[in-house]
Amino acid sequence: MGDISPREIAWRLGRTRREFLRDAAGMALGTAFMGASPLVRAATAKKKRKVIVITFGGGARDQETFAPEGQINIPHMLGELIPQSSFFTQVTNNGILGHYVATASLATGVYETLNNFSAVPPDHPTIFEYFRKDLGRPVSDAWVVAPSNGFNRIGESDSRSYGPGFGARVILPKHLLSAASTGSKVDYGHLLHDNYETPLYAPEIAGGEFELQQLEKILKLSVDDFTSHARTLSSPDELSVFIARRLMKEESPSLLWITMHDIDVAHSGAFSLYVDAIRRTDRLCAELWKAVQDEPEYAGNTTLLILPDFGRDADQDSGGNGFQHHRTGDPASRTTWMMAMGAGVRQGVVYDNPVQSIDLVPSIGGMLGFSASQSQGKPIRELL
Amino acid sequence: MQPHDLQAEQFAAYPPLARKLAIANVKAFQQLPLSFLPGLLRQVIEYDYKFPAEQAAIDQELSHLSSLSPTQIAEWFHGFSQLSLSSKLEHLDWVNRPAQFVEQESAYLWTTHQLDAFSQAATAYGDRLQAAIPTAALPVRRLGIAVIGQGVATYDAPLFRNLRAHGTYFNQVKGEDGFEQLLDGVEARAKSYPTPYGHWYVDGGKAARQSAGLTTVSYEALQPVRDSLLKYMQTEIARPGMGPEELRTDLARLLPADLGMKGDADAALDRFQVKLFTEGSGTQIFSTTFAQWTTREALRRAQPLTLLARYAPRQRQRPMNELLSNTNANPELDPLGSLVDADMGAYYHWINQQRLPGAEHSSFLVWFEGHGDALVIAPSLPRGVTSDSAMNIKGLLSLATS
Repeated sequence: MGDISPREIAWRLGRTRREFLRDAAGMALGTAFMGASPLVRAATAKKKRKVIVITFGGGARDQETFAPEGQINIPHMLGELIPQSSFFTQVTNNGILGHYVATASLATGVYETLNNFSAVPPDHPTIFEYFRKDLGRPVSDAWVVAPSNGFNRIGESDSRSYGPGFGARVILPKHLLSAASTGSKVDYGHLLHDNYETPLYAPEIAGGEFELQQLEKILKLSVDDFTSHARTLSSPDELSVFIARRLMKEESPSLLWITMHDIDVAHSGAFSLYVDAIRRTDRLCAELWKAVQDEPEYAGNTTLLILPDFGRDADQDSGGNGFQHHRTGDPASRTTWMMAMGAGVRQGVVYDNPVQSIDLVPSIGGMLGFSASQSQGKPIRELL
Repeated sequence: MQPHDLQAEQFAAYPPLARKLAIANVKAFQQLPLSFLPGLLRQVIEYDYKFPAEQAAIDQELSHLSSLSPTQIAEWFHGFSQLSLSSKLEHLDWVNRPAQFVEQESAYLWTTHQLDAFSQAATAYGDRLQAAIPTAALPVRRLGIAVIGQGVATYDAPLFRNLRAHGTYFNQVKGEDGFEQLLDGVEARAKSYPTPYGHWYVDGGKAARQSAGLTTVSYEALQPVRDSLLKYMQTEIARPGMGPEELRTDLARLLPADLGMKGDADAALDRFQVKLFTEGSGTQIFSTTFAQWTTREALRRAQPLTLLARYAPRQRQRPMNELLSNTNANPELDPLGSLVDADMGAYYHWINQQRLPGAEHSSFLVWFEGHGDALVIAPSLPRGVTSDSAMNIKGLLSLATS
């Protein structure tokens, strides 16, 4: 990309997505709608609002998603979800590009600096703490479905003014399956991949008794039912979506956060596996949105937000090795997108004004009615 | 310690050639900022085991730095001087352990949001250096060859999508004895333009043959090294307190002898091969990743005139722990997935080749092994077009190099 500045590259990435979406999906440019007051918001205001966040996990680049050559990998988002959504073409992550620390930053609205490979809580209050403390919600109303053991502390921060007692419950499907399948002769290895970035390392957390209680008391699943269903699934993210759907049915949390991670298999350097994972994640996002429509507690009053935690290195950056990693901090690895759909969101609109990933928490605060007082982000007015 | 405190005696533990070089340039080192110097010393300390192209580049860089006035030094390194480092970093033994310093510096720059400023400073420095140092003319145009898709009977999706805009796509290639013809052509180039580490043959499976004049690296030949490394990793992981950073640091310290290499033939190549596994990601488990990363590193470091890379099927994906435990002697292969991997690998091969001097004159050939599809990029060939001319591989090679 020669002499172009990083800001220019980020703008072009966003603009390319916008042009593509306008051509392919017939979406309108967002500025035309600014200041309007969509009736949909009035209709949904009376019902109890729910928000689901999906991080389009592991980071995916434009070439493999929204650029013309990547369209083939996201048929569900393109054909089913984008026409229903407000699409933000330029979401920048200016923080550390490691998956746990970046997801923690998304969840706090502050660029966290914690050790990406340690099971430590974020320094700043999480969205779950703002939500529960400000609105007086019970613990059952905020849940996180997280991909690996390293994410088990993401539900609750170290903040003195929030912290213990106000966080979300975190469910680790792989840990759950590991506990449930102890002693089993069936091989669940394909569902137990952990951290692709450092596949040798996953912080150990306490053993399975609590997980099995979650299984029986909360998800209303017997060990046998759970393990036999798991045998039909092909990846850790499929397991996560299965658990999320079960949570929606049994607990109906108002704030549900699902972190996908299959795409991070890219760190192994196998391009085919990376693309397969993008296609799977695309399908799973559509399946989850369909589940929202099928659940009476969620249909009509749920806002779904889908965004990657960050991108991956550009082919042209000599400091990286293309899709394999996210180490250079170049514009391609920092510039992503966000899709919002459902309650209170305009359909078929593209916004290409730049927003930051830390704007997510105050924006959801605006939707649900809490104040993300320590967040460094700004509410995205197009979502409010 | 700061660079201006450096003394010649502090390089006593460096290997002989590196020590001599460092002592000769200590005055220049004293003027450089701490945010930059350990990165340079990381190159210098490995000087004895570098390829000739790397040694020449270090010589030229140090020679040029020594020629700069204090004012010029201040100007060249202004961006680096603006970076703020921690006292912990200053107290590290960055003279003798520059790689560890750079690793920790990188983590510190990320957490303090200074990485972008560092990248800008590094890019500006690289641009200045490139402009200041003359590029020697190549004896022959650089040639890259990628052979992909071994073991795939049929494939309907389009290949070479990323490369088509840059060259001519041939869809009527006669592939009989194609690989032999390529290897013959590469050997002939090596004979005509003999250069140490100037002509490479990388194979993701078993090398077809050992050829005089070619630097040959193959996944199969390195199986004992991979076995040793994976065994070492398993042992290390089981150690209490082991984390990813510690493991990475441990791996970076491994030498050829630690992994059972004899070390009596080619020290530079032995170290290069060990680093493929200790610094690469996925090279330990997937042959396609190995071939791609080896190609990248060979181009970056040795700057060869010729590089032939042949991809072989990798093992099918299994749980990462199982892959790393390396217990299955005959794993199931994934030829189709490997073709997709290799197609992207060929694109990266060309990109990495284009980063080297003489890019405007270089050529590239990629062939779907055993099939009639190939693409050639050469200054004399049109771009973004398809040719249905019936031609054998030798003919394509001639087009690429003429």
